[in-house]
Amino acid sequence: MREMIVNELSQATQELIREFARFLPRLMVMLIVVLVGWVIAYLVKWILRSILRLIKFDKLSEGAGAAQLLNKAALPSSTELVSRFAFWLAWLGFVLLGISALGILGMQEYVTRFFVFLPRLIVAVFFLFFGLLAASFFSRAALLWAVNTDMPSPRLLSSSVRILITIFTASAVFEELGLADSTMLLAFAIVMGAVMLGLAIAFGIGGQHLARRFLEARFAPEKKEGKEREDELSPL
Amino acid sequence: MSEESILTDEFLRQLINVGEADILVGVPTYNNAATIGHVVQTIRAGLLKYFPRERAVIVNADGGSRDQTPDLVRGASINDAQVSADIHALRTLHSISAQYPGEPATGTALRTILASAELLRASACAVVSPDSTTIEPDWIERLLRPVYQGTYDFVTPLYRRHKFDGLLIRNLVYPMTRAFYCKRVKEPYASEFAFSGQLGNHFLGQEIWTQEAGRTGTEISFTISAITGGYRLAQTFLGTKPHLDARSADLIAAMRQTVGALFWSLEPNFQLWSTHADSQNVPTLAPGQEVTLEPLRVNRKRLLGMFHSGVAELEPVLKQILSPPIVSELQRIATLGEDEFSYGDELWARTVYEFAASYHKSVISRDHIVQALAPLYRGRAFTFLVENRDSSGEEIEQNVENFCLTCERLKPSLVELWNGRK
Repeated sequence: MREMIVNELSQATQELIREFARFLPRLMVMLIVVLVGWVIAYLVKWILRSILRLIKFDKLSEGAGAAQLLNKAALPSSTELVSRFAFWLAWLGFVLLGISALGILGMQEYVTRFFVFLPRLIVAVFFLFFGLLAASFFSRAALLWAVNTDMPSPRLLSSSVRILITIFTASAVFEELGLADSTMLLAFAIVMGAVMLGLAIAFGIGGQHLARRFLEARFAPEKKEGKEREDELSPL
Repeated sequence: MSEESILTDEFLRQLINVGEADILVGVPTYNNAATIGHVVQTIRAGLLKYFPRERAVIVNADGGSRDQTPDLVRGASINDAQVSADIHALRTLHSISAQYPGEPATGTALRTILASAELLRASACAVVSPDSTTIEPDWIERLLRPVYQGTYDFVTPLYRRHKFDGLLIRNLVYPMTRAFYCKRVKEPYASEFAFSGQLGNHFLGQEIWTQEAGRTGTEISFTISAITGGYRLAQTFLGTKPHLDARSADLIAAMRQTVGALFWSLEPNFQLWSTHADSQNVPTLAPGQEVTLEPLRVNRKRLLGMFHSGVAELEPVLKQILSPPIVSELQRIATLGEDEFSYGDELWARTVYEFAASYHKSVISRDHIVQALAPLYRGRAFTFLVENRDSSGEEIEQNVENFCLTCERLKPSLVELWNGRK
């Protein structure tokens, strides 16, 4: 009996040692992949940071309004944030590669999923950045236009433009990420419909006089002739 | 694009038929049927009267008019002109007209005229605005003679204006061009001017044509190029500046053409303007009365109202462009009523310098920076109108001169802002 137990234990230990001996090279491969991955990810971060500094990415994101958001959230500058993001993304990719080298059953699928998702994540980040940039640019353009043409409520117009573009950007980002596709589409349609209806009602009821003035100026300028005429000053 | 390729085959064919020319008068047009006939007739009359022995050509660069402007240019003959009967051409006076490629733009039209002048080897050239309804035949003589004689390379006009006309020129474009480039050219954005073939070729070879300044505001870039290139400048009195139509009263377009092009020019010319200090006079060849005083009905309240709303609504934009002390000062004067309001020389000069530095640093879109200056300019225009309500022509000139001196005095602050020391 005792002999049998010792025999079994010895077999189990030998099996464990054999398994470990088989596993050890894969573990070493994983550690090497993770280590090399860290070095490559660090290089990617360094190169990306240099390029972003060269193209004055911080200034660009300042223009997009992203810098203000980051400041409020006590986050580092957008150059630092993007380069750190690239570092973690690259390193995570190598870590997953290393894990897949271990040959653990079931892990392969998650690794494949991650690499399939990666391009979509990068595209979504680009959508988000350029969407914010467009929202900032066009809202400022609307504000300047409204101020220089003496339109009422320039900031309301500017905010509306910003909100509309931000909503559109958010829906594009969620769609790219594949998160709650149908919910986002529905929410987007409802919000857009509500905004448009609201604007139409506001323009129709609240802006009767504005609409009349606009239409008169556009289609019936002769109606102004009855008023006392002012001399036009030429700036040039 | 090479100089030849900007000229269409049709244009080249007409130019080759001309051969060579001593004098070229360019007229850039785009839907100017209402005025172009009179302008071209007067140019012809001027050329025949004052340059009868020279080989002369009128070149019309058209932007694709749909109102038969080119036909009117080709059809305008000396018989229609109201000039004395003893004018006879000793040589053929050519008049050619063709459409330049691309969208209508004054810069492209000017480039076409310059390329034509180079091809025809013209020694003296002039550009005349198609809107110059007040043009007289002697304008051609006054502009072209000093260049044709070889005394000067660039002749800019002086106009008889109403004291409140050309407010942007008096309150920004002239004083700032003078402070930056140290030459007292009173009309740096001229619609009529003359230049030597040498200067035309120099400007044609500039790298401006791929930039926005090569499309709009090219006139002021031409003036700056003549100054920075060390060419001989002169000014000559022409007559009354024609009152422009409503399109020309568009302040934003006017600011893009003048202020935008002026700010843009600072970048490539930094070494030059940052080292020059005092301005120099430019010879005036034919002086004349420059300011008229007829009463005008101007809505000053609207100007002030737009300044108030501009400062309030554009606060986040202005904070990106201007330093905190200037923003605070603008917000303070924006609270003042019509009687106490004053946007003084020093504050206005500092405002423009900070806009120029922000334009250089591209803190936001450069076009947005130029647009954001418009409401502040309205405040300055209000102050100018109020302070000069009862001023004589001489007093107005003196006030403009004082502002110019303020700009020159404060110029070092722009150099500091430019280098990022503030």
